Amino acid sequence: MPTAAGVEARLPIRSDMDLVWVRQHVRQAAAQLGFGLVDQTKLVTAASELARNTLVHGGGGLMEASHVTTGGADGLRLAFSDSGPGIPDLDRALSDGYTSGGGLGMGLGGARRLVHDFEVESVPGSGTTVRVTSWVTRPPRQREDV
Amino acid sequence: MSEGFARPVAGHVPVLRLGDVLLVTLQGDLYDSTAHQLQQDLSETIARNGVTGVVIDISGVEIVDSFLGRVLAETAAQTELLAARTVVAGMRPAVAITLVELGLTLPGLRTALTTEAAMELLAQPIVTSRSGGMREESP
Ligand SMILES: Nc1ncnc2c1ncn2[C@@H]1O[C@H](COP(=O)(O)OP(=O)(O)OP(=O)(O)O)[C@@H](O)[C@H]1O
Ligand SMILES: [Mg+2]
Repeated sequence: MPTAAGVEARLPIRSDMDLVWVRQHVRQAAAQLGFGLVDQTKLVTAASELARNTLVHGGGGLMEASHVTTGGADGLRLAFSDSGPGIPDLDRALSDGYTSGGGLGMGLGGARRLVHDFEVESVPGSGTTVRVTSWVTRPPRQREDV
Repeated sequence: MSEGFARPVAGHVPVLRLGDVLLVTLQGDLYDSTAHQLQQDLSETIARNGVTGVVIDISGVEIVDSFLGRVLAETAAQTELLAARTVVAGMRPAVAITLVELGLTLPGLRTALTTEAAMELLAQPIVTSRSGGMREESP
């Protein structure tokens, strides 16, 4: 059984060095919970996109990681929050190719495709929280683990 | 996984010169600033030394997000303007699967499975197709 220690964390997102710590924590937590290699890679990539948005668009914030369970399945929940300007038009922000800056505009919509559950809570003028959860898929679907 | 943590890389990425080709090996988890620095260093090195090809080995890279993907694509486009071709070599299967799901297919980026295959690709002549795009062809 995975333990909460090593999964639960609150990490600051204030610089590109913090992005590295966020990725490493998510990688290690996902491995500990039993995610296969491809699912680990998807989660870490989604976390990297969301943490960079927290940093670049939200002006910094934090990531909270937690171990969740439902009906015997283990999941990893990640919440990225900031007290930045918020996202005025969420549908537009989620659409591929939309960026308010010089990005590719793939981060938010792409992150949503890489996880199982995705929710955004954003209040214009007071901040954004993006919560994502992925569940460990058990055999027979767990074939990608090399 | 048996692998230990990839140590973050600050500062510069080593660039090795093999004849007319630059070999860049990315390893571990890069700071954004390191990736930007590399992009700049490469262009300067190419302009100064008349390099005709660049191989970026990413077999040691565990994730490519939209930021690093963009840096790779921009680097390739830049080297192209400086008359050098760039090949990204050794992408891990998990990274490729994730990139496609992310929506980042990086069209125009030349890839090879290994560094050796990338070197072979660069040794082949360039042919200009009728559409104006460039592609490699076996001799
Ligand atoms: N935490 C946030 N706070 C405020 N705005 C945000 C936040 N996250 C995303 N956005 C808005 O949503 C848009 C789309 O985000 P997305 O990550 O898809 O693209 P991007 O960050 O602009 O570019 P890319 O991630 O491809 O480099 C952003 O340009 C920004 O306007
Ligand atoms: Mg983004």
